[in-house]
Amino acid sequence: MKNSTSKAIFTIVSMLIASAAWAQGANSGSGSGNILIYSLISVAVLVFFYIVIQVSDSLLVIESKQSGAAASGANFSLFPSWKELFAPRLPDFLHNKPMTILKRGHDILLEGEAARVVDEQVSANAYAVQPVNFVGVSPIPKMLVDVGAEVKAGDPLFQDKARPEIVWVSPVSGEVIAVNRGEKRAITSVVVLADKEIKYRELPAFQLEGCTREDLVTFLLETGAWPLIRQRPFDVLADTDEAPRDIFISTFDTAPLAPDLNFVIEGREEAFQKGLDVLGKLTAGKVHLGLDGRGKQAPHKAFAEAKGVEVRYFHGKHPIGNVGVQIHHIKPVAAGDKVWTLGVQEVITLGRLFTEGRYNAERIVAVTGAELKEPKYVRTYLGAKVGGLIGGNLSHDHVRLISGDVLSGRQKTADDFLDYYDDQVTVVEEGDEYKVFGWLLPSFNTPSISKTFPSAFFPKMKFRAETNTHGEPRAFVVTGSYEQVLPMDIHPQDLFKSILVGDFEKMEGLGIYELIEEDVALCEFVCVSKQPIQQILRKGLDTMREQS
Amino acid sequence: MKKALLKFFERIEPDKKKSPFLHTLYDGFFTFALTPAHVTKGGVHIRDGMDLKRQMVHVVFALLLLYLFGMYNAGHQHFTALGQYPSLLSGFHLKLIFGIILMLPIFVVTHVVGLGIEFYYAYKKGHGIEEGFLVSGALIPLIMPPDIPLWILALSVAFAVWIGKEAFGGTGMNVLNIALLARVFVFFAYPTYISGDQVWVAGMEKLAAGSPVDYGWIHLNFFNPIFESFGWATYDAAATVADGYSGATPLSLAFHSGWEAVASQYTPSEMWWGTIPGSVGETSKPLIILGALFLIFTKVADWRIMVSMVGGLAVTAMLLNGWGATEFMKVPWYYHFYMGSFLFAMAFMATDPVTATSTPTGKWIYGFLIGVVGMVIRVLNPAYPEGWMLAILFMNVFAPLIDHYVLQANISRRLKRARASA
Repeated sequence: MKNSTSKAIFTIVSMLIASAAWAQGANSGSGSGNILIYSLISVAVLVFFYIVIQVSDSLLVIESKQSGAAASGANFSLFPSWKELFAPRLPDFLHNKPMTILKRGHDILLEGEAARVVDEQVSANAYAVQPVNFVGVSPIPKMLVDVGAEVKAGDPLFQDKARPEIVWVSPVSGEVIAVNRGEKRAITSVVVLADKEIKYRELPAFQLEGCTREDLVTFLLETGAWPLIRQRPFDVLADTDEAPRDIFISTFDTAPLAPDLNFVIEGREEAFQKGLDVLGKLTAGKVHLGLDGRGKQAPHKAFAEAKGVEVRYFHGKHPIGNVGVQIHHIKPVAAGDKVWTLGVQEVITLGRLFTEGRYNAERIVAVTGAELKEPKYVRTYLGAKVGGLIGGNLSHDHVRLISGDVLSGRQKTADDFLDYYDDQVTVVEEGDEYKVFGWLLPSFNTPSISKTFPSAFFPKMKFRAETNTHGEPRAFVVTGSYEQVLPMDIHPQDLFKSILVGDFEKMEGLGIYELIEEDVALCEFVCVSKQPIQQILRKGLDTMREQS
Repeated sequence: MKKALLKFFERIEPDKKKSPFLHTLYDGFFTFALTPAHVTKGGVHIRDGMDLKRQMVHVVFALLLLYLFGMYNAGHQHFTALGQYPSLLSGFHLKLIFGIILMLPIFVVTHVVGLGIEFYYAYKKGHGIEEGFLVSGALIPLIMPPDIPLWILALSVAFAVWIGKEAFGGTGMNVLNIALLARVFVFFAYPTYISGDQVWVAGMEKLAAGSPVDYGWIHLNFFNPIFESFGWATYDAAATVADGYSGATPLSLAFHSGWEAVASQYTPSEMWWGTIPGSVGETSKPLIILGALFLIFTKVADWRIMVSMVGGLAVTAMLLNGWGATEFMKVPWYYHFYMGSFLFAMAFMATDPVTATSTPTGKWIYGFLIGVVGMVIRVLNPAYPEGWMLAILFMNVFAPLIDHYVLQANISRRLKRARASA
C-alpha cells in the first residue's frame, strides 16, 4: 500500500517516455522510421525491466510479511516509500524503532517553563486526598480515621462504599486535621498536617516472583496503591476483578509547560522498572510505553531501555504525549475493552512498594507559569497544598492557580490541594479585562492556531497567556478546526453533537470510548464557538457509563 | 480610550427589564466595540484568540477588493454601453461615483433588512446578537445584478434571513446558504430582474440602441456641479446607448452561439480582469483568486472544497468537450473558469462552513459534486446558462447525507476493529 504512489510515478514516467518516443516516431515520417523502432525497443526493454523489478519487489514484500519482519515497521520494498522520501530526517536513536509520526496537533508555547532544578527547600505542610478526583466513586466514602488521629504515610484514610476493598492511604505521616465537605455533604478532601520527618507504615515483604495475580491485586489493594491505576474507557478507577487487555504508559507530557519526565525520573529509575514489572503481572496483554520521538536526544534510559514492555516512539505535537492518543495508534479501545493507564510518577510509587517496602508517594512537581518569579521543580508528596508549593514565588496577585496544565487542569485557591494524578502547578494571569475591538485587531500576545494573528509568522514565539475567553459562546459554525488538533481517526464535532442530542449508538460508533477530557482539551481551546467541549464529553462519558 | 468607551457605554446602557429590545441592541454594539471581560470557567483555562466575529470579518476582508472593483466596474459597464470613456481608467471619477451611488443603497437596504430581522430575533430569543449576517450581508450585494430594484432586494433578504435562517434556529443552524437563498428567491420570483441580457448594466431605461440614460437628481444636480468646479467631465443626461451594444454576458453568448461569439465581443483578458458585465462581485478573477488564497491561508475557508470544485468543473467540462453536441459544449474547458461566477461561488459560497459538509472526506465529495452539477446546469440546461447558485443550494441539501455516509464509514471501521480484537 505504502509504495503504490512511488510505483505509480514510475509507471507514469515510463509511459511518458514511451509516448514521447512514439510521437517522435510517428511524426518523423517514412524517412526516419528507425527512430520509431528504436523507441519501441527501448520501451519494451523498459517494460521488461519494470516487470522484473516489480515481481521481485512484490516477492520481497510478501516474504517480509510472512517472516513477520514487516511488523517492525521497516520498509522491505525496493522502492523507497513516500514517507521515507519526504518525512523529516530522524535522529539516529530512532533508527529502526517502531514509530508513529502524527501531523495534526498544536503545541501551545507559554512563558514560564520550570528551570531544571529541584528546589528541596519548598514544602507544603499539609497534604490531602480528595475523593472528588475519582470518577465513579461514591461521593461520601467511608472514613477510616477521625479528625485528630495520627497517621503514618501509607495508613488508610477512607474506603469506597460500593467496593470497600479499595482504600485510599495517607501520602504523608502526621495528624488528620480536617475532613472537608462540599455539596450534599460529599467529602471533598481529607487533610493531613505533615510531620517534619515522614514516618512510613512498614509493609509486609511481597514475593513478586511466582505470585498469583490475585495475591498481587490483594496486596495492591491493601497497601492503598490501587487508586494509582486508572482505567479506560471513562477514566475511572481500575476494576479489581478483571484483568485489563493492555496497560499503557506515556513517558512524556506535551501539555503546555508540562514537567519534563526525563528530568523527573532521574534517580528513580529502579523503582520505575520495578513498577513496570509489577504491571506486567497484572495484565494478560502487554505493557506499552509511549516514548518521546520528537527531540534530537533519546529519551531517558529508564524509558528507552525499559524491560518487559513494548515501546513505541511518537513524533508530533500536543496532544501526542497524551496516553489516549497513543492508545489510539497502538491498539485502540473498542467497545467492551478495558485498558489501564498510569502516569510515570504513579508507576514509581507502585515500584517503591516493592523496592523500598513502603508507600512512598513522593512527587516531583513542576511549578510553572509566567506569573511566577522563579518557575522550578519542587520535591513534595501527592496532594500537596497549592499555597505551600507556590510560597512567595508569585510576582503579583491577579492570577489563577491551576492544579495541572492550562488545558485540563482544575482551578485552585492557595488553600486547596493538588489533584491526585497531577504533577504540575500552573499560574496564569486572570484576563478579566475589556479589549477595544479585540476581535478585529491583531493581538501579539494571544496564542492561537489561526493564521489571522501575527504570531502565525513566528512559530517559536512564546506567550503570556491569560484566562480571557476572547469571545462569547455561539452555536457550532466552523468545521475542521477540531480535526486540526486531534490526531485520531475520530470526527470530533459530530461526536460532540451526538452527545448533546443523547444518541448512544452514535456516541459509541464515533469513538467516545477512546477519549477522555484531556484528549479533547485542545479542541476546546481552539473552539471558535467557545463551547465547553470537555464538559460535553464528560456528560457523554457519564451517560455511557450509566448505560453499561 | 478604553476607559472613555467603557464610561460612554455605561452611561447609555438601557434598562434590561424595561426595554429588552434596546438592551439587545446595546449589547450587540457593546460587544462589537469591546471584547467582553469574560474569563474561562471549568474546562480549559486559556482560549484561542479566534472567535466567530474574527472568523467572519476575515471573509469580509477578502471581499473588500471585490467591492471596490465591483463598484467601479458597474460604472465602467454603464459608460461602455453608452460608448463613452472606452478605456478602463478614463472618466475615473464618473465611473467610481456612479458605482458608489448604485451600490450604496443596495448595501444599506441589505443590512437594514437583514440586521433588523437578526436583532429582532436576538431580542425575542434572549441571546446576544450573532455575527452570521456579517458575511451574508457582505455577500448579497455582490451577487445581485447592479440594476436590482431595491424592494425586490429587501424582499429577498427578508425571505432568506427569516425563512432560511431564523426559522431553523439562527446562525449555525441553517440548511441553505443565506446569500444564495436571497439570490435564488429573486431568481424564481422575479426572473426577469436577474436573467437575460438586460439587467447586467445599470443606469439606462432599456439596453437597446438609442435608449436614453436614466440619471437621478444626485448625479445631475449634486455631483455634476462639483465636477464642473474642478473642470472635470460631467454626467451627460442626453447620452444614449451606443449602436450595436447588446449587454449580453459571455455566458449567454456562449450559450447561444459558442466560443466564437464570445471571442468576437470579449477578449479572454477582459474576462480575466473582469471588465465585463455581470453581477457586481463576480467579474474580476484575479481579485477573487486573491481573496480565495487569503481565506485558504488564514484557514477561514476550506481549501478542499475549492480544489475539488475546480476538479469537478474540469472533469465535467472535458467530458462535455468530448461529447460536443452543442456549440456551448464545445467551449474549451478552461474557458469555463473565465466566464460567469464559478470562482466567486467556489471561494465564497461553497465554502460556507454551516451549509457545507463537516467531515474532511465529505468536503472532497461535496466540492466535486458541486463542480459536476454546476457544469451540468450551466451547459445542459436549455434556458439559463449558469449553474453555481443552484448547484450549491442543491448540494447544501445533500451535505448532511454525504456526512452521514462518511460517519457511517468511520463507525463501521471502528466496529470491524472491535470484532477483530474480540
